Amino acid sequence: MSHKSRFAEFRAGMGPLIKELKFSFSRIKKSPLSIMGISILVFFSAVALLAPVLAPPGHPSQAGDPYMIPRDSYVSEPQQPSAAHPFGTAEGQWDIYYGVIWGTQTAFRIGIIVVAGILAISLVIGTIAGFYGGIIDELLMRFTDIIWAFPGLILAMALVIALGASLDSVMLALILVGWSSYARVVRAEILRVKQEDYVEAAKAVGCSDLRVMVKHVLPNSIYPVVIMASLDIGAIVLSAAALSFLGLGADPGYADWGQLISFSRNWIMGRPENRFMYWFVYWIPGLFIFTFVLGWNLLGDAFRDIMDPTLRRR
Amino acid sequence: MGLRAFIIRRLLLLIPTLIGVTLLIFAVIQFFSPMQRVALFVGQSPKELGSFELLIQKYHLNEPIYIQYVTWITEVLKGNLGWSKSINRPVTQIIVERAPTTAEITIFSAPVIILLGIWLGVKSAVHRDKMFDHLSRVVAIIGWSLPTFWFGIILISIFHVGLGWFPTGRLGEAANSFVHSDAFIRYTGLNTIDGLLNGQIWITLDALRHLVLPVVTLTVVIIALIIRVMRSSMLEALNKGYIVTARAKGLTQNEVINKHARRNALIPVVTVSGMLAAGMLTGLVITEYIFNIPGIGMWAANAAIAIDVPAVLGFTIFSAVIFVVANLIVDVLYAYIDPRIRLG
Repeated sequence: MSHKSRFAEFRAGMGPLIKELKFSFSRIKKSPLSIMGISILVFFSAVALLAPVLAPPGHPSQAGDPYMIPRDSYVSEPQQPSAAHPFGTAEGQWDIYYGVIWGTQTAFRIGIIVVAGILAISLVIGTIAGFYGGIIDELLMRFTDIIWAFPGLILAMALVIALGASLDSVMLALILVGWSSYARVVRAEILRVKQEDYVEAAKAVGCSDLRVMVKHVLPNSIYPVVIMASLDIGAIVLSAAALSFLGLGADPGYADWGQLISFSRNWIMGRPENRFMYWFVYWIPGLFIFTFVLGWNLLGDAFRDIMDPTLRRR
Repeated sequence: MGLRAFIIRRLLLLIPTLIGVTLLIFAVIQFFSPMQRVALFVGQSPKELGSFELLIQKYHLNEPIYIQYVTWITEVLKGNLGWSKSINRPVTQIIVERAPTTAEITIFSAPVIILLGIWLGVKSAVHRDKMFDHLSRVVAIIGWSLPTFWFGIILISIFHVGLGWFPTGRLGEAANSFVHSDAFIRYTGLNTIDGLLNGQIWITLDALRHLVLPVVTLTVVIIALIIRVMRSSMLEALNKGYIVTARAKGLTQNEVINKHARRNALIPVVTVSGMLAAGMLTGLVITEYIFNIPGIGMWAANAAIAIDVPAVLGFTIFSAVIFVVANLIVDVLYAYIDPRIRLG
């Protein structure tokens, strides 16, 4: 068979999928909210990629680490926005502008690493449980039940305390808490695909279990899970920010939005002559977290409607 | 299966879950040094008890892992969750003392979240793709995207610091000292209700004034959950055959919505109540911390900040138990409302 005809066959096979994708995109284009969500995420991606240009590192106080926010002194009182510090400085003179710009990179990193970790664990566990069934399935699913018995963020908090407070611990804890719901979705998908004729055929011609799983079952079942998990990045960043706010995240001065807001706690009361004197210490980092999460949720909401077959064609 | 059989079966299923919960927490405990683990056992002031070595021996901390688990679980079942160093009191005692404070916020916010959420969801579905629908969806997504701690700070800066309308804390100074005086009998520990029972309306009003901002925070942050589910299940219900029948019979729009569609659409909302309970528990930690309300949540937040291990683990077990029991109640309620569940 020539390459050309194989490609044509591939195109023909992909036909329905491409049609579905085109339909999904036409739905997205019609929804102003999802356009807004995509624009917000494009903006934040640009900020993250251009961080070295927008806020060049190299301040002596950073000691060569671009993720450490520069500071000019150790003075406690936040300084008003100025030419040198466009968004002012936080308690301890951390430059807010630098912090929110590089914090965008931190947010994406947290979101992507946690989603990747959740997907890896839930795919392995969900596939094994769904593919083998029986006692293995029972044991793995009872284990997910136990994780489900805790409110997620509270279990994550306990795990961070056990692992030692750091940004890595926060990410690991969110992975360890977050995989269980996706493992169930993967398992249900595998159970559905397992009964298809092509899987039976692959088994009949003598493919190994691993080959059947990786080549035949997984490609036909993971896309919904991958999309669902990716759209969770907003919620993950929100949870990470809450843990950071409680001081369980990165070291002081690391470019992280949640931590920047925690620096503002002592300055909410302002001064008697001007109650809103230190508005920038909580408004600016807060708006960054909020807008970032909003972008993901707007997109997620649009996708939920698009992927819901009961609402889809109406 | 009758309702009673269903409840018994569900109660029996609770046992393996709770054993699993304790096993998981016990696994987490293994991360800590023996020094930190001793604090999990010492129920009274650590200074009064013997030396460190004696404690390790007394609580079998140098023995095989299963003996350690049995020792620990025995203490937990006796109600000993260890010593919280951040406020120098036994964990169990703190939870009992602070429960009314946290319960009070929950009692005031949960009904607002549920009823307002259902109302907004129904109205959104009925006016699908109209202005009201778009607005309520936007409000829901905004609330869902707000960091609880930041929203709390913004509310404080506007309504407490700026306008001076609503204070933070649990009670004002005058009310607080009166509540703790002999003239005031604490029947329930809930200031709003005790104020009424003592005939001191001003205590109730003061307590309510302090509750406004925390309740608003929790509502705005959590309500999207209910709106979203209620809207989509109402949309589904409105497309069912029996709605067409009801309309064909000549019922008014209100009768169709209130008597036929809404009742059926409510069922999925019961299923998300578990998520609601999780959201409340987590939300209370942040909200009490931000608004300086001395409940269980504020203690947990401060314990996490101070790396107070027994307090954090005790709180985690406590919230898992609350969460599991809440889910049990939801399941029973679900089976009661929808007989298909227990028969199937």
